[in-house]
Amino acid sequence: MTTEMRHHPGINLSHSRPEDERHAEVTVFGFWTFLMNDAILFALLFATYATMVNRTAGGPTGAELFDIGNAFVETLVLLLSSFSFGMGAVALKEGREHPLKLWLGVTLVLGLGFIGLELREFAGLIGQGATAQTSGFLSSFYVLLSIHGLHVLVGCIWIVVMLAQVSTFGLSRQVRSRILRLGLFWHFLDLVWIVIFTTVYLPAVAS
Amino acid sequence: MNSSMLFGKLTFDALPFYSPIAAGGAAVIVLGGAGVVGLITWLRAWPYLWREWFTTTDHKKIGMMYVILALVMLLRGFVDALMMRAQQAIAMNAEGYLTPDHFQQVFSSHGTIMIFFMGMPFLFGIMNYIVPLQLGARDVAFPLLNAIGLWLTAAGAALVMASLVIGVFSTGGWTGYPPYTELSYSPTVGVDYWIMALLVSGIGTTLSAINFIVTIYKMRAPGMKLMQMPLFCWTALCSSLLVIFAIPGLTVAGGLLALDRYLGMHFFTNDGGGNVMNYANIFWIFGHPEVYILILPAFGIFSTVIPTFSQKKLFGYNVLVYATMCIAVLSFTVWLHHFFTMGADANVNAFFGIMTMVIAVPTGVKVYDWILTMYRGRLRFDTPMLWSIAFIVTFVIGGMTGVILSIPPLDYVFHNTLFLIAHFHNMLVPGMLFGLFAGYAYWFPKATGFRLDERWGRRAFVFWVVGFYLAFMPLYVLGFMGAARRMAYYDQPEWQIYFVVAAVGAFSVLLGIGCQVIQLVVSIRNRKGTMDLAGDPWGGQTLEWSTSSPPPEYNFAVLPQVSELDAFQVAKEAGRPYVWPTHYEPIEVPRNTALGPIFGGLAFVLGFAVVWHIWWLAAFGIAGVIATIIARSFAAETTRIISSEEIMATELRWHADVRAKQEANS
Repeated sequence: MTTEMRHHPGINLSHSRPEDERHAEVTVFGFWTFLMNDAILFALLFATYATMVNRTAGGPTGAELFDIGNAFVETLVLLLSSFSFGMGAVALKEGREHPLKLWLGVTLVLGLGFIGLELREFAGLIGQGATAQTSGFLSSFYVLLSIHGLHVLVGCIWIVVMLAQVSTFGLSRQVRSRILRLGLFWHFLDLVWIVIFTTVYLPAVAS
Repeated sequence: MNSSMLFGKLTFDALPFYSPIAAGGAAVIVLGGAGVVGLITWLRAWPYLWREWFTTTDHKKIGMMYVILALVMLLRGFVDALMMRAQQAIAMNAEGYLTPDHFQQVFSSHGTIMIFFMGMPFLFGIMNYIVPLQLGARDVAFPLLNAIGLWLTAAGAALVMASLVIGVFSTGGWTGYPPYTELSYSPTVGVDYWIMALLVSGIGTTLSAINFIVTIYKMRAPGMKLMQMPLFCWTALCSSLLVIFAIPGLTVAGGLLALDRYLGMHFFTNDGGGNVMNYANIFWIFGHPEVYILILPAFGIFSTVIPTFSQKKLFGYNVLVYATMCIAVLSFTVWLHHFFTMGADANVNAFFGIMTMVIAVPTGVKVYDWILTMYRGRLRFDTPMLWSIAFIVTFVIGGMTGVILSIPPLDYVFHNTLFLIAHFHNMLVPGMLFGLFAGYAYWFPKATGFRLDERWGRRAFVFWVVGFYLAFMPLYVLGFMGAARRMAYYDQPEWQIYFVVAAVGAFSVLLGIGCQVIQLVVSIRNRKGTMDLAGDPWGGQTLEWSTSSPPPEYNFAVLPQVSELDAFQVAKEAGRPYVWPTHYEPIEVPRNTALGPIFGGLAFVLGFAVVWHIWWLAAFGIAGVIATIIARSFAAETTRIISSEEIMATELRWHADVRAKQEANS
């Protein structure tokens, strides 16, 4: 292993000059700090959901409403999108522009598919009269999932921007650093979804 | 209230003609604003301000703008305080001059402004200016985020100021507890202004905190280990970490309350399964660390000022670092003491009561460290030192009353009385504000090249300290007598004399502020006499004094090599304070950008639109933010190079200043 490669372990940007890695190190560390902040935001929304889950105000409960099958498909779609992003990261590491764009495209489609599934679920619930105004429980449910969904939407917009930037600038220092951070963001959202699946859907089915 | 497509809920009724006093306040804001705009136009200073200040990404100028914002908001927040003291001094069995509703707006805006738009910007301003210099760094890690943070904070402050002219402000206090702040009890736009101002400035604060954390971890001068950082940088780090962990609480509490109000959800409502206690918990999970966000950097300032003016090393540096870290961690374990009376069981209250007492321990350790730093030192009583000494004495009294309040059974008696008000002012005024004033006086010559006038500084100090004791000691007594907080009037004749004394105290503080204004004018006028461009007027110990005053844009032409604590002091004792090379490398600095003002403007428009339900304008604001971020990501040239010739010329001018000073001293 060359010294260049050992310079900053954990940052997956090969073929770069030390100056690139110094730059990436600072911004990536900043992005981790932001994710820590975002994780607290989600933690508080989870805590709110936990305190509100039985506050149904005479309205429907989670056990009556949730369709675990749909949630499972959503989970699969999002996990697959993390896998496809991972393939994109491999392409980025090898500096291969075309496969990178392809895998980012696949990730984008899966991300949009996830948002579509989530909107369909919401539409179904609203059709049954279970709106965010029905009860404290449903308020916290919709807000928790929408904040996650909005994050996914931001991630999708980010992917589109990065596809355009790869086409415009090629795999420049900036572009590689940004895709790296986009990856952190995307996997973080996957992680949050896993927690949603286990704290929102599974207990409702198990009860 | 009816809502139109074009103007939402906004009509001419929003203008403050409900009372002559509110209209007068609005007139002062409008005329004052128009006066400033007129003066700048008359001086033809707009291009200069835009080029040199508004679009800058230089952490030093951003820091100064933060401090200017804070000083303006200090005046506004203090006028609120004066109005409250005047009202309560005369409102014995009488209506006074404020209606109850207006009185509520006044105390709500006082608290909101002093915490979020005076304390926070003042601290972030000083941190911005000083932290990179103390670290021996050329800049912060993310200069653009830094500028955006400033302008978002300013946008939040502007929303609070706008509420004075268009519409009303919240009547729910700075904590905005539901269900009172829900739409059914507070149908006006006041609470919406409060929420939007806090959300917007909260984002700005978070961006700044990320910036400081990365700067402190990654941008230190070559060789500087964490335990060789000046203590102020440690406190800035802890404070920024607290921001990262705490501000989401404010975002969630405010955001969910907004969803209740705008979309009819049931997070904190009385009906529909809402849970009011959830708000209290989330708000104070933010709110208590916030206290330490405000006070830790001030501790850092005292830890810098006291050794300098005792001409000694800081006593117990390691212990102070650990104490700071302890406070930062413990600050997340005490939030429930803000609502002991609100239904938690005895064991929960006991836990939080004990934790609250525990957090007094590291704070006490710090007090001893400061005292022992002074012990056998050669003390100089310049104004920064005076503020520090007043702080130690006053702060200990406040700490004692805090320990009283931490005992749940006693808290049941004192809760919501003026005793509590006296307690937290007794912590935050000396703990935070005196620290900020000490820092302001201490680092003013670094930022401008000349010192503040000492005589007017002392006068301000005397009026402030006397005013503080007169204004808040009577409130302890009133608390013992059972006077509740936030009363527009009362009917106990024996209370009035204490309220009158408190009002006299507030008037003394007014004189103190007046002296500070005069001090600034006098100092600028007499600047020739106190000019010290060489850069070390106080005999400082840390790296910010090893460069010129004001420092060049790039801070250090050559990055200092650090191997010990108090690097500049060590270099001075070794007889080599300045190491001047013969050759200079060019330096890359960030270009100016209009993005800060653009984001601030969009955030203000967005906030204002949401407050008044002007949805097309809100959509425009959001689209503008997204478009601006994407456009920026395609910008290629974001830095420029300062040539080595230019650096050489700047440095040689400074070397001449230093030599002149050395000759004058020898």
